[in-house]
Amino acid sequence: MAELGALVSKVRSKNAGPFWLTIDIFCDDPATFERVRRGLDDAAVARLYNVDRQTLKRFDIAALNVVKFSMPRPVVQGTRADRDMHGAGWACLLEEMQIG
Amino acid sequence: MTRVLVPAGALGLGYDRGALARGVANRPDIIAIDGGSTDSGPSYLGRGVSKYSRASTRAEWRELMLARAEAGVPLVIGTAGTCGADPAVDWLFDITREIAAEEGMRLRVATLKSGQPAARVKAALAAGRIRPLPAAPDISDDILDACSNIVALAGAEQIAAALATGADIVIAGRTTDTAIIAALPLIRGDHAGAAWHGAKVGECGALATTQPNSGVIQIDFDATGFTLEPMAPGAAATPYTVSAHMLYENSDPFILHEPGGHLDVTAAEYSAPDARRVRVEGSRWVPGRYTVKLEGARIVGHQTVGLAVIRDRRYVAHARDWAADVQARVTEKIAARMGLARAEFTVELRLIGIDATLGPLETRRDLPVEVGILGILTCPTAEQAAEAAKILNPYLLHHPLTEDEPMPTFAFPFSPAEMQRGALYEFCLNHVMDLDDPMAAFALELHEVGHG
Repeated sequence: MAELGALVSKVRSKNAGPFWLTIDIFCDDPATFERVRRGLDDAAVARLYNVDRQTLKRFDIAALNVVKFSMPRPVVQGTRADRDMHGAGWACLLEEMQIG
Repeated sequence: MTRVLVPAGALGLGYDRGALARGVANRPDIIAIDGGSTDSGPSYLGRGVSKYSRASTRAEWRELMLARAEAGVPLVIGTAGTCGADPAVDWLFDITREIAAEEGMRLRVATLKSGQPAARVKAALAAGRIRPLPAAPDISDDILDACSNIVALAGAEQIAAALATGADIVIAGRTTDTAIIAALPLIRGDHAGAAWHGAKVGECGALATTQPNSGVIQIDFDATGFTLEPMAPGAAATPYTVSAHMLYENSDPFILHEPGGHLDVTAAEYSAPDARRVRVEGSRWVPGRYTVKLEGARIVGHQTVGLAVIRDRRYVAHARDWAADVQARVTEKIAARMGLARAEFTVELRLIGIDATLGPLETRRDLPVEVGILGILTCPTAEQAAEAAKILNPYLLHHPLTEDEPMPTFAFPFSPAEMQRGALYEFCLNHVMDLDDPMAAFALELHEVGHG
């Protein structure tokens, strides 16, 4: 097991409009990409963000060594319960996740 | 071939002046810059105001107006004043008039307004001409009536109409990020997939290069593709920086929806003619139904916040319990003393240092040195929120963990302790509206400004 953030070059989360969040995991090389791709379980990621797994979209992009997740924002941007207007802090959850 | 010069990802962000001069010397056909997005939250759209200072906007806009005069080509801004609501277009138009007068310029300025009267949107809703996008909130006539601003995102067709007036400057309200860049290449018959793809890569300025802060890029569009080049001497675009940009703030990295169709970059091929430029071919434009996306914001309450900082080790260790206790007591007292129903107000204590960013999703449990207690009171009116915050105040100052201990006092950074946040706005639309005529929902006007 290893912390995802220690394996990859960057994990970035951003709003994709007020209602969606998108998270990009940038790997340095194909070997890391392959490990991350296999190690990341969609159900575990959906649990981490408390979103319905059916709404989680995943893109494994070998040409960029990137794994990308998009999901309805856990809290809609700017609502009373929103804590992070730009959605950048959510990346930390994946960064600190243990993967096989 | 169409050469588009993009000075920065947004007006007000700054850019490299030398790079802009280089771009102007390369004889662009148009200068295009974005003025905003929803990314800073609903308050800007709700109030119809800019996030950036008038002084910064004025300084940068003056430089772009001078660059335009030198290049002798149109200057186009989309989503003027952060939100692109009608008052934000007027705001930038006023600034433009002032600068034109000061610089002795005589200009034709087109304004394109994207504001939507609630009646138009309600009629479209009743006619079944509004459809929700994924994760859209529910809407109703009441919610539409409550919006202080509703805008529709203009596409390339409306920008093309503005350019067709022969305007020197186009100040557009809310547009898609890409429309201001794609419009001229599309008018001239360049490759449609390339026009939209190049526009998507270029809309954040130099973000798709190795020096994001340099701002300025140039994109050449032609019959088969586009070539992107940063204007700062040390900056480079590479197949990686350009292809990776489709990830940015995009829920699908291969598809981008626009009015009248979508861009599909699945088959795009990226190559490097040299170490600084990238060539892209193979992107596809897929025509579809003509729809425009809607955005709206409405007031859902008013807020007052207070901030205290706890440094005492024992209180830090028990901060969650302490905050839960304060919240319960204050909620009860506000209801009793102000006569508000529980559903009308909220008391939230956000623990900075514990879980202020992630809330219930936080997975770490480390103890910090100190904890900031951000008290957030949300009530129907501003006066009620201010009053509720004063009921919270003594608890933030002195509330003990247990009954039988000396009264603690926590650190208040300010006097007065409370800060009025004003209205709390929410985005309440994530829908598209069908249009038979692209101009049906937009107002284009041509003005003569300045003298000389």
